[in-house]
Amino acid sequence: MSAAVARLAAPFRAVHWYLKELMGENAYQHYLASYERRHGTREGAMAERAFWRDVTDAQDRNPQTRCC
Amino acid sequence: MSVEFIKTDEDLPPVAVVERPKWTPAKIVLWVAIAIIAAIGWIMVAFVRGEDLSASWFVAAAVGSYLIAFRFYARFVEAKVCRPDPRRATPAELKDNGRDFTPTDRRVLFGHHFAAISGAGPLVGPVLAAQMGYLPGTLWIIFGVIFAGAVQDFMVLYFSMRRNGRSLGQMARDELGKVGGIIASIGILLIMVILIAVLGIVIINALAESPWGVFSIAMTIPIAVLMGVYMRYIRPGKVVETSVIGVFLLVVAIIAGGWVHENPFWSEVFHLEKTTLAWCLMIYGFFAAVLPVWILLAPRDYLSTFMKIGTILLLAVGIVIVNPTVQMPAVTEFASNTDGPAFAGALFPFLFITIACGALSGFHALISSGTTPKLIEKESQARLIGYGGMLMESFVAIMALVAAVCLDKGLYFAMNAAEPLTGGTAQGAADFINNQLGMTGVQTSPEFLENQAVLVGEESIVSRTGGAPTLAMGMAQILGNVFGGQAMMSFWYHFAVMFEALFILTTIDAGTRVARFMLGDAIGNFVPRFRDPSWNVGAWITTAVMVGAWGSILLMGVTDPLGGINTLFPLFGISNQLLAAIALAVVFALVCKMGLAKWAWIPGIPLAWDLAVTMTASWQKIFSSDPKLGYWAQHFAYRDALAAGETSLGTTEGAAAMQAVVRNTFIQGTLSIVFAVIVLMVVVMALWAAYKSITAKGPLPTTEEPFQPSRMFAPKGLIMTSAEKQVKEQWDALEPAAVQRTGQA
Repeated sequence: MSAAVARLAAPFRAVHWYLKELMGENAYQHYLASYERRHGTREGAMAERAFWRDVTDAQDRNPQTRCC
Repeated sequence: MSVEFIKTDEDLPPVAVVERPKWTPAKIVLWVAIAIIAAIGWIMVAFVRGEDLSASWFVAAAVGSYLIAFRFYARFVEAKVCRPDPRRATPAELKDNGRDFTPTDRRVLFGHHFAAISGAGPLVGPVLAAQMGYLPGTLWIIFGVIFAGAVQDFMVLYFSMRRNGRSLGQMARDELGKVGGIIASIGILLIMVILIAVLGIVIINALAESPWGVFSIAMTIPIAVLMGVYMRYIRPGKVVETSVIGVFLLVVAIIAGGWVHENPFWSEVFHLEKTTLAWCLMIYGFFAAVLPVWILLAPRDYLSTFMKIGTILLLAVGIVIVNPTVQMPAVTEFASNTDGPAFAGALFPFLFITIACGALSGFHALISSGTTPKLIEKESQARLIGYGGMLMESFVAIMALVAAVCLDKGLYFAMNAAEPLTGGTAQGAADFINNQLGMTGVQTSPEFLENQAVLVGEESIVSRTGGAPTLAMGMAQILGNVFGGQAMMSFWYHFAVMFEALFILTTIDAGTRVARFMLGDAIGNFVPRFRDPSWNVGAWITTAVMVGAWGSILLMGVTDPLGGINTLFPLFGISNQLLAAIALAVVFALVCKMGLAKWAWIPGIPLAWDLAVTMTASWQKIFSSDPKLGYWAQHFAYRDALAAGETSLGTTEGAAAMQAVVRNTFIQGTLSIVFAVIVLMVVVMALWAAYKSITAKGPLPTTEEPFQPSRMFAPKGLIMTSAEKQVKEQWDALEPAAVQRTGQA
């Protein structure tokens, strides 16, 4: 039963995952993973709230073009 | 099939899988079937006449051609020039900082890249080009993207990726020298100004005298601010949740726009003139560029991405389900003369300029260098993201073309003929179309045009030029057919206007901000303090200069006695294509420098074609003696008439209006000359660089970053192969410490 439910839910989960990735919702998780790759630990990484502030503040300094 | 596992470190699993698949009978059958579908699509679109042509043939011709191009031509370009090295680490891996440099899943990056390159351009150009019939536009969109646009995006992405994601301007400086770099940078800045101004005109033409539209677009500002505050203080990082709330509010705003439209008081409040809207846009642009991005820009960008993907999917589903019948002939009279009302000029070169985005767009080179190359996991993925992403945009352009050519012809021309021709009334438009249009088989009546306006909840749809309203009308008819029928048409019309406006506003505010930084950098050469982006005075000055630059062209366009968009849109297309010429010239020089002059025709042919188009167009705009076409011919015609004491010429009434034409044509003519000269200088320098590298004895110093071995794995294509799955499992089984990489701390 639960296997069947999981199979049914799989495409919806995939769409949700893609949407979250595309919109950048998982940016913090990616940042943590990257931090761990570089430092071997997650200690010292920015906390979630500080990270999101930093993301938009960094955009202030490095604007990105959107095409026509 | 031969499978090779590439290792860079004996202690680690392979970093890549190189597979050379053999042709199996099943595969041959598959590709033959795709080729047959594409061929039947093309035969129906190009040759079969006299029957009802349905939209699905366009989809067949386009998708079939894209698949073949992606599988064969893109691989050819990859094999001959780009030669991705599976051992080599990309900038995302080497400079990983968890932020702008970070390895990003190829499927996600494909979406990011597509969302960044596609905007209002591929939607608007094909709609205007529909006045020449459906065939010329279809041919150029599909073949243009295969041999020019996608090649440019792919190669720029590749070269930038080998140079740590350096921008086009920086690559131009590296390859063409300091002077070439400065000229290219000035060109890029000027071209951005024109792009912003013309997109502004497009959106103002859709909103002027439309209380419904103005209200719902105005509401996007408080909605964005609300989203910004929500994400900053209440639920940081909840991007999808915030976007869903935003989209919900947006739909409410569209519905509320209907009430505004019906209420006499509020409808008067939001009934704005074009000049008022232009000033609003400039004020908005200024604040969007100086305020912190979290307040306005970032949430609007989320909203726009969300709407972009949703609406494009919706339109694709609508076209497939409704499968509308094409109304426009394959080729109209306007393909061979210069009398078309939507834009002036003959098929060559002006069709290729009007449809810029969707076939070949220089602006993409700014995304393909700088942003995307810093995120790519493996060099071998550049084909999917660069070439594939552009094919997607081309498909959007095909859908826009289909939406336009399936509209009633009378309706199409009533919407796209400028006000001086129609007088702005349904009666005037019907008279113009029935008697003066100059195309056979187009009839309409004032009652029909008035009825169409009522259906979409507008006071009038006559002379709603610029492409956006026409596309909105086409989308409303298609989507209304699937969801809600006629009763919902006004909702879908304003939904379409809203999403085009969202794209354009995102381009305007982000573009102004980027331009402000570019200007600050340039002035920083003389007054170093301007380089500091946190210096508010400097930010305000540079922003005011940039807004003033595009704002003056915007005001000129919306007050133009001759209609504005039909004279300015070519300048938009020319500047976009000239940017493509700069990008292709830099790529051409780089290919020669790599010692691959034999393959330089791959960027060389699109470069030559693009130069032929843009230079002919510039030549005609500057030197043509036909006042409808040449800016200077028009300039002198009006000046002479004024000097002779006349107070009207053609459809222009009054000395003040005539002086406006004299002024506008002077600016347009001067810009045409400046653009053409800048690009010619860059191209000559690129050719000189190419010549030097061909005749040089021994290899020239490379500007590529040195090779560093990759220590990560990523699949090559969209779908993982079974060998890649095995390797991925090996990596997943490793301890995190074993995969620690060298990134930036």
